[in-house]
Amino acid sequence: MNWIVHQLWLIPALPFLAAGVLALTPRRQRAFAARLAISALAVSLALSCAAFVATLGHAGTGTFRERVNFTWFQFGDQALRLGWVLDPLAAVMLVMVSFVGLLIFIYSVGYMAHDANFTRFFCFLALFAGAMLGLVIANSLLLLFVCWELVGLASYLLIGFWFHKPEAAAAAKKAFITTRIGDVALFLGMLWLYSAGGTLLFYDAGEGCLENAALARIAGPSLVGWGTLVGISLLIFGGAIGKSGQLPLHVWLPDAMEGPTPVSALIHAATMVAAGVFLVARVFPLMKPDWPSLAGGIPLAGTPPPDATLAITWVGAITAVFAALIAVAQTDIKRILAYSTVSQLGYMFLGLGVGGVAVGMFHLLTHACFKALLFLGAGSVIHGCHDEQDIRRMGGLRRPMPVTFATYAVGMMALSGVPLLFSGFWSKDEILHAAHGWAGSRIPFYLGLFGALLTAFYMTRQMVYVFFGQRRAASTPPAAASGIRHPASGEPHESPLVMTVPLAILAVSAIVLGFLGTPAWPWLQTYLGADHGGSGGVELAKLLTKETLWLMAISTAVVTAGIGLAWRWYGQRPITDAGTPDPLQMSFPAAFRWLRQKFFVDEFYAATVIRAHAAWARFSDLLDAWLWGGLVLAVHFLTQGLSWASRFFDEYVVNLGFDAACRRLRRDGAFAAGLSDGKLQNYLRGIGTAFACLLVLLLWGGCR
Amino acid sequence: MDAAFLIAAGLTLAAAVAAMSLRNLIHCALCLVVTFFGVAALFLLLGAEFVSFAQVMVYVGAIAILIVFATLLTRSAGVTGEPLAFQPWLVGLGIAGLVVGAIVTSVAGSGLLPTESSRIVAAAPSTRELGEQLMSTYVLPLEVVGLLLTAALIGAAVLGLREPKPSTPPPKP
Amino acid sequence: MSPLERYLIVAALLFGIGLAGALTRRNAILVLAGIELMLTAANLNFIAFWRYGGHPADSGTGIVFVLFSIAVAAAETAVGLALIVTIYRHRHSTKLDEFDELKG
Repeated sequence: MNWIVHQLWLIPALPFLAAGVLALTPRRQRAFAARLAISALAVSLALSCAAFVATLGHAGTGTFRERVNFTWFQFGDQALRLGWVLDPLAAVMLVMVSFVGLLIFIYSVGYMAHDANFTRFFCFLALFAGAMLGLVIANSLLLLFVCWELVGLASYLLIGFWFHKPEAAAAAKKAFITTRIGDVALFLGMLWLYSAGGTLLFYDAGEGCLENAALARIAGPSLVGWGTLVGISLLIFGGAIGKSGQLPLHVWLPDAMEGPTPVSALIHAATMVAAGVFLVARVFPLMKPDWPSLAGGIPLAGTPPPDATLAITWVGAITAVFAALIAVAQTDIKRILAYSTVSQLGYMFLGLGVGGVAVGMFHLLTHACFKALLFLGAGSVIHGCHDEQDIRRMGGLRRPMPVTFATYAVGMMALSGVPLLFSGFWSKDEILHAAHGWAGSRIPFYLGLFGALLTAFYMTRQMVYVFFGQRRAASTPPAAASGIRHPASGEPHESPLVMTVPLAILAVSAIVLGFLGTPAWPWLQTYLGADHGGSGGVELAKLLTKETLWLMAISTAVVTAGIGLAWRWYGQRPITDAGTPDPLQMSFPAAFRWLRQKFFVDEFYAATVIRAHAAWARFSDLLDAWLWGGLVLAVHFLTQGLSWASRFFDEYVVNLGFDAACRRLRRDGAFAAGLSDGKLQNYLRGIGTAFACLLVLLLWGGCR
Repeated sequence: MDAAFLIAAGLTLAAAVAAMSLRNLIHCALCLVVTFFGVAALFLLLGAEFVSFAQVMVYVGAIAILIVFATLLTRSAGVTGEPLAFQPWLVGLGIAGLVVGAIVTSVAGSGLLPTESSRIVAAAPSTRELGEQLMSTYVLPLEVVGLLLTAALIGAAVLGLREPKPSTPPPKP
Repeated sequence: MSPLERYLIVAALLFGIGLAGALTRRNAILVLAGIELMLTAANLNFIAFWRYGGHPADSGTGIVFVLFSIAVAAAETAVGLALIVTIYRHRHSTKLDEFDELKG
């Protein structure tokens, strides 16, 4: 076993350590904070690369998978075991997360240069990086869940980083609570898995819950076992839906753009939201069990029974189109990208559902690069335009910001799927290819195509608005600018080198990464263990098969149509005024209104779930205030009255009576003691008086 | 009411008052002697000669002399400047008056006392008869009184003995 | 006023004088003397009742009683005076109100 497997824990531990140190670092130590966080992540990147290299030699010859498990604690005769695992899936994720993370860390030095809470920002970033890396290497659903929640915490902290802005604070809360719904599902799934399978370890020498022995134990040769397996899968997928912003729970992700742009790039585009995809990929044997190989055979005779991938496919496909539609009508530069992210995550789930781990993960990796690139580019634009985020007030920025423009264009083309050169084309094509071959239905394939068209459309629209035409900022001063970080003044300017260099690096990788998984040389697919039937070498012939070519032609046509349509609407007639209505709005006002308002999902939730919740809360409050509160008050008053009576009785009857008796006894005793003063003649006087009294008594009535 | 009784009673009471109120203790003792003589005279008037003589012998001859001795032994003789009375003396006087008043009232108001007309004059026993009675009828009380007197004699002697070692504490001021 | 009453009243007065002396004088010797006066008054009562009370059967009883009483008084005086002398030896005083140890 390679040494790196044993030292794998260092990869998340280093950023965690940096976060801990930074939490205690004084605010003014800005340079130290940046250096510490960046160097910690750089070491993590180096270790990740070493881990990646360690897995390389085994590519194609079966799966390389090494794990280290240890007992966390023992209860009764059961032990809770945690561990980490190194396999190709973890390795590529490690490299991707630490690579993108490092670039974004470096970028943040420039972007956050003027922020007062610079050290806190890097502390949170390091915390996030550590948690994400821990999530990736976890070999136990429990450990994964712990890191999952830590990631959510870091996300919450970073969305609300400018918590003095009410929108940011609200967005942080929204993100936290919305993802919590998914997390509950994941938690329930985890508990169910533990009760059914008896272990939470993924791989444990044939005993882990992703290995056939345990799967057979869970599933069993019955309909109940099948239901259990699908139920667990769907619950875990529920967690992924929350984290990755899929359809019912997507509402938090666009609002999360209230956080600083590097955060949007790192967490809400490249890594954290991909954690849901990664989770599904990680537990894929659970999602799509290999029925024939399970002991006990097939519970439902004939064709393999449906499993959770069916739900994954449909959710992904619908989300991909739904979010892309909304993105068409948005005006905030980051919101467009956010909906684009939701849409692309839908693609990933679609890919997982129809094509398996390799397909989904390929798009995840390429997307991480070009979406981080786009967000950082957007951040650069915002930075250069002095905190302006409305694309209607930008325009003509390609001249003052050439590097940003060039890299943004690369990212845009990668996202749109411009053929051959850009990574997005290959990964999306892979998904469409798999969807085309999917046995269940053709509809996901058409949805995917429609989503690709929309993607090209809205990205072109954005490019035109931002970089082409002429500047429109002067006509309306940026009202939305917060003015906290720098005063809104002067012309747009190119960002400093510390921000543009990461952009360039990401742009290069956004192009190069695509070639790792082309149909001609499906290296990544082989590496991740998907069975492509290839030899591992470059086979141009595979690229030239009829079906592949046909699909490539279709997607190229779709992309071209999207870009052309957008150019016709937006590019031909330059928009000169920020107040001009959107051309699309003029053509289809009603539809555009629906899209602009995001299909009223937020309003729908506000009217249903939130209102019901508020009503229930009010009811509970009333119940608490009147019924339970009244009961408590009654008990309280009863007890108080009883104790008051008891005290009264004690003080005024028992104590006072006793006190009075004691006092009188003392007084009388003192009086009696005073009487017998030791003087003989006083005693004699007493005797004399008594004698006289006795005599008088006898005289007046006694003796007769 | 014959003159002899009046003289004897007046003398007795006057001497008693003097004995109880004079400042000089020796004078008091002398007045006490006069009082005892007066009582002895009253005894004579009542026809009890033996008792009268016994009274003179014991009270005047023994008790009064004892008192004089005690007075001298305790250096109480002579006129002292200290207050004579135990304060508040009026209370003591009042109580005494109360007692006297009660007795006198009972004596004067009682109808049970034998009057002059119904009295039976007892024959005064002669000294011989008295001696015979003492030695016959009252021999046991006589012996007891003798014992009592012996005990008193021994007790007084013991009390009056000086302690062998004068380890007495210094007198209190 | 019958002769008995006269003697009784004289005895009562003598008793009162003795009592007053015992109650008011500070000197222990005079208190003792007052007690002797009271005893004497009692003796006078005995003799008066003997003389006028009418007891024909035992004519000597009153006399004998008084004789015993005189003896007891003598003993009492002897012991009392011995006590006074002893106390004086210890406390150098015969003032009764200076002795108040007779209490709890």
